[in-house]
Amino acid sequence: MTIFIEKHTIVVPGTLLARGDYRAMRGTFQDGDEIFSSVVGLADARGQYVSVVPLQGGYYPAEEDVVIGVVTGVGLTSWHLDIRAPYDGILSVSNFLERDRERGFTPRETDLTKFLTVGDAIFAKIIVFDRTRDPLLNTHDRGLGKLTGGRIIEILPSKVPRIIGRKGSMINMLKRETKTRILVGQNGRIWIHGKNFEDEFLVVFAMQKIEREAHTAGLTDRIAELIREEKVKIETRRHENA
Amino acid sequence: MTSHEVISVIERRHIISLLEHGKRFDGRAVTEFRPHEIEVGFIKKADGSAHVRLGNTQVVVGVKTDVGTPFPDTPDTAVFTTVAELIPLASPTFEPGPPNENAVELARVVDRGVRESKCIDLTTSADMVFIAGEKVRIVFLDMYILDYDGNLFDACALGAAAALLTTKIKKGSVNTETGEVELLDERIPLPLAREKVPVSTTFARINQYQVIDPCLAEERVMDGRITFSITEEENIVAVQKGQPGYFHYEDILTMCKLAQEKISELQKLLRSEVEKS
Amino acid sequence: MPNNKKKPKHLIKDGIRLDGRTAKELRPTHMEVEVLHRADGSALIEMGRNKIVVAVYGPRELHPKHFARPDRAVIRCIYRMATFSVDERKSPAPARREIEISKVIREALEPAIFVEYFPRTTIDIYIEVLQADGGSRCASINAASLALANAGIPMRDLVSAVAAGKIDGQIVLDLNDIEDKEGEGDMPMAIIPRAKKITLLQLDGTFTPTEFEEAINIAIDGTEQIYQLQREALVKKYADIRHEVEPELIEEEEVEED
Repeated sequence: MTIFIEKHTIVVPGTLLARGDYRAMRGTFQDGDEIFSSVVGLADARGQYVSVVPLQGGYYPAEEDVVIGVVTGVGLTSWHLDIRAPYDGILSVSNFLERDRERGFTPRETDLTKFLTVGDAIFAKIIVFDRTRDPLLNTHDRGLGKLTGGRIIEILPSKVPRIIGRKGSMINMLKRETKTRILVGQNGRIWIHGKNFEDEFLVVFAMQKIEREAHTAGLTDRIAELIREEKVKIETRRHENA
Repeated sequence: MTSHEVISVIERRHIISLLEHGKRFDGRAVTEFRPHEIEVGFIKKADGSAHVRLGNTQVVVGVKTDVGTPFPDTPDTAVFTTVAELIPLASPTFEPGPPNENAVELARVVDRGVRESKCIDLTTSADMVFIAGEKVRIVFLDMYILDYDGNLFDACALGAAAALLTTKIKKGSVNTETGEVELLDERIPLPLAREKVPVSTTFARINQYQVIDPCLAEERVMDGRITFSITEEENIVAVQKGQPGYFHYEDILTMCKLAQEKISELQKLLRSEVEKS
Repeated sequence: MPNNKKKPKHLIKDGIRLDGRTAKELRPTHMEVEVLHRADGSALIEMGRNKIVVAVYGPRELHPKHFARPDRAVIRCIYRMATFSVDERKSPAPARREIEISKVIREALEPAIFVEYFPRTTIDIYIEVLQADGGSRCASINAASLALANAGIPMRDLVSAVAAGKIDGQIVLDLNDIEDKEGEGDMPMAIIPRAKKITLLQLDGTFTPTEFEEAINIAIDGTEQIYQLQREALVKKYADIRHEVEPELIEEEEVEED
């Protein structure tokens, strides 16, 4: 049983990671008793599990993920959403409306654009996804639904865990320090709503830095410090302009 | 990862509300060009070439020349022809295939600037018209879009100017017996009047605001677009309004003046890049 | 169009080629990853005087849907040469040569891609040759492998390609344009390096069976050098990331079966 790479080295497709009694996890594949990387990323081995954290690549849907989608098409009984994945998301009327409102709905008489139209952004959950069809979404859980105001940015989906942080430590710090509302989609889309542009911009700035430095230690504290410094600069500018 | 280009309502409102505060979504002033670079001589096999970056937009322009027959209605004029290719590399929305109406409009607008300015000597030079009615120089200006992040007009016009200004053509010698033109290894510059070479400045109208050098996000919400092609000696040689929207007539004159200022800066950059090569 | 190209007397003399290389020497090769902003993945390669840019889009939905396959991704590949990429300006319309090359490049890359991970989608590979100087299909494959990796598309390995050929009766590596035009044979090859699986092989010219075997071996050696350069180009992009990862964070991330 041999591991061929040091933890957290950058590997490329085809790099031999391990040989022997190991299990090939995310970002790897098995050929005989050897495990190779299938993507560009950081190699990791824990006990028997060998995996690669991808440094590139888009979002691959998974059931239970919450995502931010943008409506690209309106059908008779459902909407098509761009969720930054190889597949469009489908949100049917019954998965969008609350049960009691649904009773008044008839496809022939109700125009779906009354509820959602092309360009609307939605925070939704993937409830069904398998290889044979496009992911199905719903907005029944609390906090899901149409988004208005604020702004949306996009980051690499593989960096989303870092934006959230251990038990939400990073995202909660960001919300607290900037007093903004932030919703993070597993598909790398993030919605930010603050009282003013500067607060929103601060969040964007912090998130871009997190994305760049995701795989480093002590990041949460560094970002908190950065935000405090920027807030001081903003206050100084406000006083100068007043 | 998708080929959708639907812009979200949130993004649209964000761009517009920023403009209401005099800001642009990438932090620029409304009259500011994005950082830009020109690299001439990018393609050695071309007679002249340039690679232009305008923000994240990238274009490669190549000039190739040959000897051929003139058009029947202009027998003593060399031929100049412009093509633009919006290749699928550049955007998830560009499809493979022959140039569509956007590619054709782009090529014709850049062509118009060069042609109407008369910066290339297509008629009087003996290196351009060899035998009137039979053998003239053919100049091909081919522009390839590699990366589309808005404002192809200005990127292409800048690339075309840089490529033409650094084009070296093979000297031609007429064989009086056979009537054929032999191209020699010796090279001379393309006959060009420097002060007549145009570059352009493009504006996008978003509600009541006009912004210079729209990036892709701004192009996706714009109501109208206008391009001014202006030479170094400050003649306006081409104008093109695009998109199904309108402009107020007072705004057009204001934008034209602003274009003149911007273009004189671009012309200076062009001069220094060309002189370097 | 009369041209003053003189045919050279020798293509290789005393072991030295017209451009100064020895028989088994690769042309100076430089690769760069993520050179385009809109594409999902991209790469630029300069191999000798070849200058080629590749963009990858996908996996993404395929329209019209009836072209999609229910069990795997479809791979589409378009190889085109810019008008100014060759000595005589080329018409912008695709030539039959470009159509054939698009096909063999696709067939060279497809075996390395885990297409079964993405049913009902397409992975689009767009190749634009900005300047050509012999061996452009091999250079394209090298860059396309990088662009696919840059797009995060899972692969069994990179695909590495180079041509061997015959000039003045000798077998050499990596023909340039004049060696291809004036020589006695050209053999482009692409390989999945670890498995030593050959995914592209073409030949035109005259080779004895011994010469053919020699050409294959020289090409395989050549692809090993290319493979090294490809891996370096990919790693270089991330070289400045410090990778001390907070251990608790790894536990949070999902560990899935592949």
